[in-house]
Amino acid sequence: MKISVIITLKKDVLDPQGKVIHQTLDGMGFKDVNEIRQGKYFEIDTKETDSDKAKAKVEEMCKKLLSNLVIENYKIIDLK
Amino acid sequence: MKSSVITFPGSNCDRDMDVALKKFGFKNKMVWHADAELPKSDLVVLPGGFSYGDYLRCGSMASKSKIMQSVINFANSGGIVMGICNGFQILVETGLVPGVLLRNKYLEFICKNVFVKICDKHNKYFKNVNNEVLEFHIAHNEGNYFCSNDQLKEIEDNNQIAIKYCDKNGKIEDQFNPNGSIKNIAGIFNKGKNVLGMMPHPERMIDTSLSGEDGSLFFKNLINNLK
Repeated sequence: MKISVIITLKKDVLDPQGKVIHQTLDGMGFKDVNEIRQGKYFEIDTKETDSDKAKAKVEEMCKKLLSNLVIENYKIIDLK
Repeated sequence: MKSSVITFPGSNCDRDMDVALKKFGFKNKMVWHADAELPKSDLVVLPGGFSYGDYLRCGSMASKSKIMQSVINFANSGGIVMGICNGFQILVETGLVPGVLLRNKYLEFICKNVFVKICDKHNKYFKNVNNEVLEFHIAHNEGNYFCSNDQLKEIEDNNQIAIKYCDKNGKIEDQFNPNGSIKNIAGIFNKGKNVLGMMPHPERMIDTSLSGEDGSLFFKNLINNLK
């Protein structure tokens, strides 16, 4: 089954890349943007067919490698 | 004194470190990341570079490599482990030292000499160093030290801040902070102060004809403290 995960920076963590993207968009004429925060997206194709088990495994992957919980949050957004 | 330098795929300061350690009397061994066993060592160094191409997060892949379990065990039993630059990034990813290293505040790769103030001398690394300020070299893209307010309070209370960016007189101000690190932090210890992670490269300051001698001072002192 396929699981999609997004990793986002926690609220208080400075995101210089997001800031520069915001500035660039502003320069291009997109004047309505309040803030941009950049994150990461993963598609994980696993042999596991049980959705609960697959979800638990992906959570473990997020905690151990895909995210650093000091600065990031993870969220499973799709599972099929 | 025996030392081990771990080489990861993408390490590029491992041989500089080897030269520096040997110059000041260490019997150094290069250890490959895929090895399981750490040779008997008085000092283990995680060198600078771009392990695994800095994929995912700097140091994240290297922190899971085979040798790291032995390094973690060595550190947890009180062994002296020093991580320089990418080695510092690897250390934070293992959790041996608190916090993380984010992208530099102004998104620039910084490569220059900086001054750092020694904040704590009750440890094997800086004990008996007469200077309060050292000139080291930095070269990094992700050296912006960050941790939560609770963690910051804890590392301040435990005197775990090793060095801070400053001017040549030791003045610690925002303008001398090259990368946006909170509190100008350039290096920190674990609780036991046997593990040191720092962004500056002392191994690049071991020869007057290259850049300076403050690295020589650091390594000479370190080997004496370990004897």
